[in-house]
Amino acid sequence: MLKLSYDLHIHSCLSPCGDDDMLPSNIVGMAFLKNLDVIAVTDHNSCKNCGAVIKLAEQYDLVVIPGMELCTMEEVHVLCLFAHLSDAMRFDEYVSTKLLKIPNDERVFGKQEIIDEEDQTIGTEPYLLINATDISFDEVGTLMKEFNGVHIPAHIDKNSNSVLSNLGFISPDADFKVVELANLSHLEELEKKNPYLKQCKIISNSDAHMLGNINEAIHFIDCEERTSEQVIKALR
Amino acid sequence: MKVIDLIQAGTFEVVNEGDNTQREICAPYCCDLLSIAMGKMRADSAWVTVMGNINTLAVATLADASCIILAEGSHLDEASLNKAREQGITVMASEQPIFEAALFVYNKLNA
Repeated sequence: MLKLSYDLHIHSCLSPCGDDDMLPSNIVGMAFLKNLDVIAVTDHNSCKNCGAVIKLAEQYDLVVIPGMELCTMEEVHVLCLFAHLSDAMRFDEYVSTKLLKIPNDERVFGKQEIIDEEDQTIGTEPYLLINATDISFDEVGTLMKEFNGVHIPAHIDKNSNSVLSNLGFISPDADFKVVELANLSHLEELEKKNPYLKQCKIISNSDAHMLGNINEAIHFIDCEERTSEQVIKALR
Repeated sequence: MKVIDLIQAGTFEVVNEGDNTQREICAPYCCDLLSIAMGKMRADSAWVTVMGNINTLAVATLADASCIILAEGSHLDEASLNKAREQGITVMASEQPIFEAALFVYNKLNA
Protein backbone atom coordinates (compact mmCIF):
# COMPACT_ATOMS: atom_id res chain seq x y z
CA MET A 1 0.00 0.00 0.00
CA LEU A 2 1.28 3.48 -0.90
CA LYS A 3 0.85 6.51 1.34
CA LEU A 4 0.15 9.39 -0.99
CA SER A 5 0.11 13.02 0.10
CA TYR A 6 -2.98 14.80 -1.15
CA ASP A 7 -4.85 18.05 -1.48
CA LEU A 8 -8.21 17.27 -3.05
CA HIS A 9 -9.89 20.67 -2.91
CA ILE A 10 -8.18 23.34 -5.00
CA HIS A 11 -9.87 26.14 -6.95
CA SER A 12 -8.48 27.43 -10.23
CA CYS A 13 -9.02 30.86 -11.79
CA LEU A 14 -12.27 29.48 -13.24
CA SER A 15 -13.91 29.92 -9.84
CA PRO A 16 -14.85 33.59 -9.59
CA CYS A 17 -13.37 33.68 -6.09
CA GLY A 18 -10.20 31.90 -7.27
CA ASP A 19 -7.14 34.14 -7.61
CA ASP A 20 -6.12 35.06 -11.18
CA ASP A 21 -2.76 33.36 -10.48
CA MET A 22 -4.50 29.99 -10.05
CA LEU A 23 -3.61 29.03 -13.61
CA PRO A 24 -3.36 25.32 -14.39
CA SER A 25 0.41 25.66 -14.88
CA ASN A 26 0.87 27.42 -11.54
CA ILE A 27 -1.29 24.91 -9.68
CA VAL A 28 0.74 22.00 -11.04
CA GLY A 29 4.03 23.77 -10.34
CA MET A 30 3.03 24.63 -6.79
CA ALA A 31 1.76 21.11 -6.08
CA PHE A 32 5.11 19.75 -7.29
CA LEU A 33 7.05 22.20 -5.11
CA LYS A 34 4.96 21.20 -2.12
CA ASN A 35 5.73 17.52 -2.70
CA LEU A 36 2.10 16.56 -3.20
CA ASP A 37 1.39 13.21 -4.84
CA VAL A 38 -2.29 13.80 -5.62
CA ILE A 39 -4.34 16.93 -6.18
CA ALA A 40 -7.91 17.55 -7.28
CA VAL A 41 -9.11 20.62 -9.13
CA THR A 42 -12.55 21.49 -7.78
CA ASP A 43 -14.02 24.68 -9.16
CA HIS A 44 -17.52 25.77 -8.24
CA ASN A 45 -20.02 23.95 -10.47
CA SER A 46 -17.53 23.46 -13.33
CA CYS A 47 -14.80 21.03 -14.41
CA LYS A 48 -13.60 23.03 -17.40
CA ASN A 49 -10.06 23.69 -16.17
CA CYS A 50 -9.38 20.09 -15.14
CA GLY A 51 -8.19 18.99 -18.59
CA ALA A 52 -5.37 21.53 -18.74
CA VAL A 53 -4.18 20.63 -15.23
CA ILE A 54 -4.17 16.92 -16.08
CA LYS A 55 -2.14 17.51 -19.26
CA LEU A 56 0.39 19.71 -17.49
CA ALA A 57 0.83 17.19 -14.67
CA GLU A 58 2.00 14.51 -17.12
CA GLN A 59 5.55 15.90 -16.99
CA TYR A 60 5.58 15.57 -13.19
CA ASP A 61 4.94 12.57 -11.04
CA LEU A 62 1.64 14.12 -9.97
CA VAL A 63 -1.81 12.52 -10.05
CA VAL A 64 -4.61 14.95 -10.87
CA ILE A 65 -8.20 14.07 -10.03
CA PRO A 66 -10.76 15.92 -12.12
CA GLY A 67 -13.45 17.29 -9.83
CA MET A 68 -16.00 19.93 -8.99
CA GLU A 69 -17.28 21.63 -5.87
CA LEU A 70 -20.99 21.30 -6.51
CA CYS A 71 -23.35 23.76 -4.84
CA THR A 72 -26.66 22.00 -4.22
CA MET A 73 -30.07 23.67 -4.12
CA GLU A 74 -29.71 23.82 -0.32
CA GLU A 75 -26.41 25.69 -0.91
CA VAL A 76 -24.47 22.77 0.54
CA HIS A 77 -21.02 22.35 -1.02
CA VAL A 78 -20.13 18.81 -2.10
CA LEU A 79 -16.87 17.69 -3.71
CA CYS A 80 -17.51 15.43 -6.70
CA LEU A 81 -14.37 13.58 -7.79
CA PHE A 82 -13.81 11.34 -10.82
CA ALA A 83 -11.18 8.90 -12.02
CA HIS A 84 -11.61 9.94 -15.63
CA LEU A 85 -11.82 13.35 -17.26
CA SER A 86 -14.52 12.12 -19.64
CA ASP A 87 -16.86 11.37 -16.70
CA ALA A 88 -16.07 14.74 -15.11
CA MET A 89 -16.87 16.55 -18.36
CA ARG A 90 -20.14 14.65 -18.77
CA PHE A 91 -21.05 15.73 -15.26
CA ASP A 92 -19.93 19.29 -16.05
CA GLU A 93 -22.33 19.34 -18.98
CA TYR A 94 -25.15 18.01 -16.80
CA VAL A 95 -24.52 20.57 -14.05
CA SER A 96 -24.44 23.43 -16.56
CA THR A 97 -28.08 22.62 -17.40
CA LYS A 98 -28.94 22.84 -13.68
CA LEU A 99 -27.20 26.13 -12.99
CA LEU A 100 -29.20 29.32 -12.42
CA LYS A 101 -28.73 31.48 -15.50
CA ILE A 102 -27.50 34.57 -13.70
CA PRO A 103 -24.76 36.34 -15.67
CA ASN A 104 -21.46 36.76 -13.82
CA ASP A 105 -20.54 40.35 -13.01
CA GLU A 106 -16.73 40.13 -13.04
CA ARG A 107 -16.34 43.41 -11.14
CA VAL A 108 -18.25 42.00 -8.20
CA PHE A 109 -17.47 38.27 -8.21
CA GLY A 110 -14.26 37.95 -10.24
CA LYS A 111 -13.35 36.38 -13.56
CA GLN A 112 -14.35 32.85 -14.59
CA GLU A 113 -11.66 31.96 -17.12
CA ILE A 114 -11.09 28.69 -18.92
CA ILE A 115 -7.34 28.33 -19.49
CA ASP A 116 -5.39 25.88 -21.64
CA GLU A 117 -2.06 24.23 -20.82
CA GLU A 118 -0.18 27.20 -22.30
CA ASP A 119 -1.83 29.74 -20.00
CA GLN A 120 -4.03 31.02 -22.81
CA THR A 121 -7.59 32.04 -22.05
CA ILE A 122 -9.77 29.91 -24.29
CA GLY A 123 -13.14 30.89 -22.87
CA THR A 124 -15.11 32.29 -19.99
CA GLU A 125 -18.09 30.90 -18.13
CA PRO A 126 -20.92 33.39 -18.71
CA TYR A 127 -23.12 32.40 -15.77
CA LEU A 128 -22.16 32.91 -12.13
CA LEU A 129 -20.68 29.62 -10.96
CA ILE A 130 -20.96 30.09 -7.20
CA ASN A 131 -24.75 29.95 -7.28
CA ALA A 132 -26.88 27.03 -6.18
CA THR A 133 -27.81 24.45 -8.80
CA ASP A 134 -31.16 22.74 -9.15
CA ILE A 135 -29.66 19.53 -7.74
CA SER A 136 -30.66 18.45 -4.24
CA PHE A 137 -28.13 17.21 -1.70
CA ASP A 138 -29.96 13.90 -1.47
CA GLU A 139 -29.67 13.14 -5.18
CA VAL A 140 -25.91 13.66 -5.48
CA GLY A 141 -25.17 10.05 -4.52
CA THR A 142 -27.40 8.70 -7.28
CA LEU A 143 -25.79 11.10 -9.76
CA MET A 144 -22.33 9.96 -8.76
CA LYS A 145 -23.30 6.36 -9.51
CA GLU A 146 -24.41 7.46 -12.95
CA PHE A 147 -21.26 9.51 -13.61
CA ASN A 148 -18.81 7.09 -11.91
CA GLY A 149 -17.72 9.60 -9.30
CA VAL A 150 -17.55 9.92 -5.54
CA HIS A 151 -19.25 12.62 -3.50
CA ILE A 152 -17.72 14.14 -0.40
CA PRO A 153 -19.61 16.76 1.63
CA ALA A 154 -17.17 19.67 1.84
CA HIS A 155 -15.92 21.42 4.99
CA ILE A 156 -18.75 20.04 7.10
CA ASP A 157 -17.39 21.87 10.16
CA LYS A 158 -17.78 25.32 8.60
CA ASN A 159 -20.75 27.48 9.48
CA SER A 160 -21.68 28.26 5.90
CA ASN A 161 -22.33 26.15 2.81
CA SER A 162 -21.90 22.92 4.76
CA VAL A 163 -24.27 20.01 5.25
CA LEU A 164 -24.29 20.63 9.00
CA SER A 165 -24.91 24.38 8.86
CA ASN A 166 -27.55 24.24 6.15
CA LEU A 167 -29.25 20.91 6.81
CA GLY A 168 -28.65 20.73 10.57
CA PHE A 169 -27.46 17.16 10.89
CA ILE A 170 -26.42 14.09 8.92
CA SER A 171 -29.25 11.65 8.36
CA PRO A 172 -28.57 8.00 9.24
CA ASP A 173 -29.82 7.27 5.69
CA ALA A 174 -26.99 9.26 4.11
CA ASP A 175 -25.07 7.57 1.29
CA PHE A 176 -21.59 9.13 1.33
CA LYS A 177 -18.50 7.33 2.61
CA VAL A 178 -16.08 10.24 2.97
CA VAL A 179 -16.42 13.73 4.42
CA GLU A 180 -14.11 16.72 4.37
CA LEU A 181 -13.31 18.65 7.53
CA ALA A 182 -11.68 22.07 7.37
CA ASN A 183 -10.18 21.39 10.78
CA LEU A 184 -9.60 17.81 11.91
CA SER A 185 -9.69 18.80 15.59
CA HIS A 186 -13.49 19.22 15.23
CA LEU A 187 -14.00 15.53 14.48
CA GLU A 188 -14.57 14.17 17.97
CA GLU A 189 -17.22 16.75 18.79
CA LEU A 190 -19.00 16.28 15.45
CA GLU A 191 -19.01 12.50 15.81
CA LYS A 192 -20.85 12.76 19.12
CA LYS A 193 -23.68 14.70 17.47
CA ASN A 194 -23.59 12.82 14.17
CA PRO A 195 -22.85 9.13 14.74
CA TYR A 196 -23.00 8.54 10.97
CA LEU A 197 -19.51 10.09 10.78
CA LYS A 198 -18.01 7.14 12.68
CA GLN A 199 -18.35 5.02 9.55
CA CYS A 200 -16.89 7.70 7.25
CA LYS A 201 -13.37 8.26 6.04
CA ILE A 202 -12.28 11.74 6.99
CA ILE A 203 -10.16 13.91 4.73
CA SER A 204 -8.91 17.47 5.04
CA ASN A 205 -7.89 19.76 2.20
CA SER A 206 -6.75 23.32 1.67
CA ASP A 207 -9.80 24.68 -0.26
CA ALA A 208 -7.11 26.93 -1.72
CA HIS A 209 -8.20 29.94 -3.75
CA MET A 210 -4.64 31.31 -3.82
CA LEU A 211 -1.42 29.53 -4.77
CA GLY A 212 0.25 29.95 -1.40
CA ASN A 213 -2.66 28.26 0.35
CA ILE A 214 -2.26 24.90 -1.38
CA ASN A 215 -1.42 22.40 1.34
CA GLU A 216 2.03 21.09 2.09
CA ALA A 217 2.32 17.30 2.13
CA ILE A 218 0.58 17.00 5.51
CA HIS A 219 -2.36 14.69 4.74
CA PHE A 220 -2.00 11.18 3.35
CA ILE A 221 -4.24 8.58 1.78
CA ASP A 222 -3.54 4.85 1.43
CA CYS A 223 -3.68 3.73 -2.21
CA GLU A 224 -2.71 0.57 -4.05
CA GLU A 225 -1.23 2.48 -6.96
CA ARG A 226 -0.35 6.00 -7.93
CA THR A 227 -3.28 6.45 -10.32
CA SER A 228 -6.51 8.44 -10.34
CA GLU A 229 -8.50 5.17 -10.47
CA GLN A 230 -6.87 3.91 -7.27
CA VAL A 231 -7.29 7.24 -5.48
CA ILE A 232 -11.00 7.22 -6.31
CA LYS A 233 -11.18 3.57 -5.22
CA ALA A 234 -9.63 4.55 -1.88
CA LEU A 235 -12.39 7.15 -1.47
CA ARG A 236 -15.26 4.74 -2.09
CA MET B 1 -55.04 30.46 16.07
CA LYS B 2 -54.98 26.76 15.33
CA VAL B 3 -53.27 25.04 12.40
CA ILE B 4 -56.71 24.20 10.97
CA ASP B 5 -57.57 27.93 10.93
CA LEU B 6 -54.49 28.64 8.85
CA ILE B 7 -55.36 25.80 6.47
CA GLN B 8 -58.93 27.06 6.14
CA ALA B 9 -57.76 30.61 5.46
CA GLY B 10 -56.93 29.20 2.03
CA THR B 11 -53.89 31.42 1.40
CA PHE B 12 -51.41 28.55 1.36
CA GLU B 13 -51.54 25.35 -0.67
CA VAL B 14 -51.88 22.35 1.64
CA VAL B 15 -49.15 19.86 0.77
CA ASN B 16 -49.92 17.54 3.66
CA GLU B 17 -52.56 17.85 6.35
CA GLY B 18 -50.97 16.50 9.50
CA ASP B 19 -52.35 14.49 12.42
CA ASN B 20 -52.92 17.37 14.77
CA THR B 21 -54.47 20.36 13.07
CA GLN B 22 -56.09 21.44 16.35
CA ARG B 23 -52.77 22.54 17.83
CA GLU B 24 -52.14 26.20 18.46
CA ILE B 25 -49.70 28.35 16.52
CA CYS B 26 -47.73 30.65 18.83
CA ALA B 27 -45.90 32.74 16.20
CA PRO B 28 -44.39 32.59 12.73
CA TYR B 29 -40.69 31.65 12.69
CA CYS B 30 -38.33 32.36 9.77
CA CYS B 31 -34.98 30.64 9.23
CA ASP B 32 -33.47 28.60 6.39
CA LEU B 33 -30.35 27.30 8.09
CA LEU B 34 -31.51 24.14 9.83
CA SER B 35 -28.59 24.20 12.27
CA ILE B 36 -29.97 27.46 13.67
CA ALA B 37 -33.66 26.53 13.39
CA MET B 38 -33.17 23.32 15.37
CA GLY B 39 -31.69 25.24 18.30
CA LYS B 40 -33.71 28.42 18.27
CA MET B 41 -37.24 27.73 16.99
CA ARG B 42 -39.91 27.91 19.68
CA ALA B 43 -42.33 25.04 20.06
CA ASP B 44 -45.68 25.64 18.30
CA SER B 45 -44.12 27.93 15.68
CA ALA B 46 -45.44 28.11 12.12
CA TRP B 47 -42.06 27.69 10.42
CA VAL B 48 -41.66 29.58 7.16
CA THR B 49 -38.65 28.43 5.12
CA VAL B 50 -37.45 27.77 1.59
CA MET B 51 -35.57 24.63 2.69
CA GLY B 52 -37.73 21.80 1.36
CA ASN B 53 -35.44 19.00 2.45
CA ILE B 54 -36.21 15.80 4.35
CA ASN B 55 -34.14 17.22 7.23
CA THR B 56 -36.62 20.11 7.46
CA LEU B 57 -39.23 17.60 8.64
CA ALA B 58 -36.90 16.15 11.25
CA VAL B 59 -36.04 19.61 12.57
CA ALA B 60 -39.75 20.55 12.67
CA THR B 61 -40.41 17.43 14.77
CA LEU B 62 -37.41 18.04 17.01
CA ALA B 63 -38.32 21.68 17.63
CA ASP B 64 -42.04 20.76 17.89
CA ALA B 65 -43.21 23.21 15.23
CA SER B 66 -46.97 23.43 14.62
CA CYS B 67 -46.55 23.34 10.87
CA ILE B 68 -44.17 24.13 8.01
CA ILE B 69 -44.86 26.71 5.31
CA LEU B 70 -42.59 26.40 2.27
CA ALA B 71 -42.16 29.83 0.70
CA GLU B 72 -40.92 31.09 -2.68
CA GLY B 73 -42.39 28.11 -4.51
CA SER B 74 -40.04 25.60 -2.88
CA HIS B 75 -41.41 22.09 -2.56
CA LEU B 76 -40.84 18.66 -1.02
CA ASP B 77 -39.50 15.79 -3.11
CA GLU B 78 -41.34 12.46 -3.09
CA ALA B 79 -39.30 10.95 -0.22
CA SER B 80 -39.83 14.03 1.92
CA LEU B 81 -43.55 14.12 1.17
CA ASN B 82 -43.84 10.49 2.24
CA LYS B 83 -41.98 11.31 5.45
CA ALA B 84 -44.37 14.22 6.14
CA ARG B 85 -47.33 11.84 5.66
CA GLU B 86 -45.75 9.16 7.84
CA GLN B 87 -44.99 11.58 10.63
CA GLY B 88 -48.24 13.50 10.36
CA ILE B 89 -46.62 16.89 9.88
CA THR B 90 -48.71 19.68 8.37
CA VAL B 91 -46.87 21.18 5.41
CA MET B 92 -48.16 24.12 3.39
CA ALA B 93 -46.62 25.88 0.42
CA SER B 94 -46.76 29.30 -1.16
CA GLU B 95 -45.24 31.31 -3.99
CA GLN B 96 -44.97 34.22 -1.55
CA PRO B 97 -41.61 35.41 -0.24
CA ILE B 98 -40.80 34.37 3.32
CA PHE B 99 -41.59 37.75 4.84
CA GLU B 100 -45.01 37.99 3.24
CA ALA B 101 -45.96 34.44 4.19
CA ALA B 102 -44.83 35.01 7.77
CA LEU B 103 -46.61 38.38 7.88
CA PHE B 104 -49.85 36.71 6.83
CA VAL B 105 -49.54 34.29 9.75
CA TYR B 106 -48.63 37.14 12.10
CA ASN B 107 -51.56 39.30 11.03
CA LYS B 108 -53.96 36.39 11.38
CA LEU B 109 -52.62 35.64 14.85
CA ASN B 110 -53.07 39.25 15.88
CA ALA B 111 -56.36 39.91 14.12
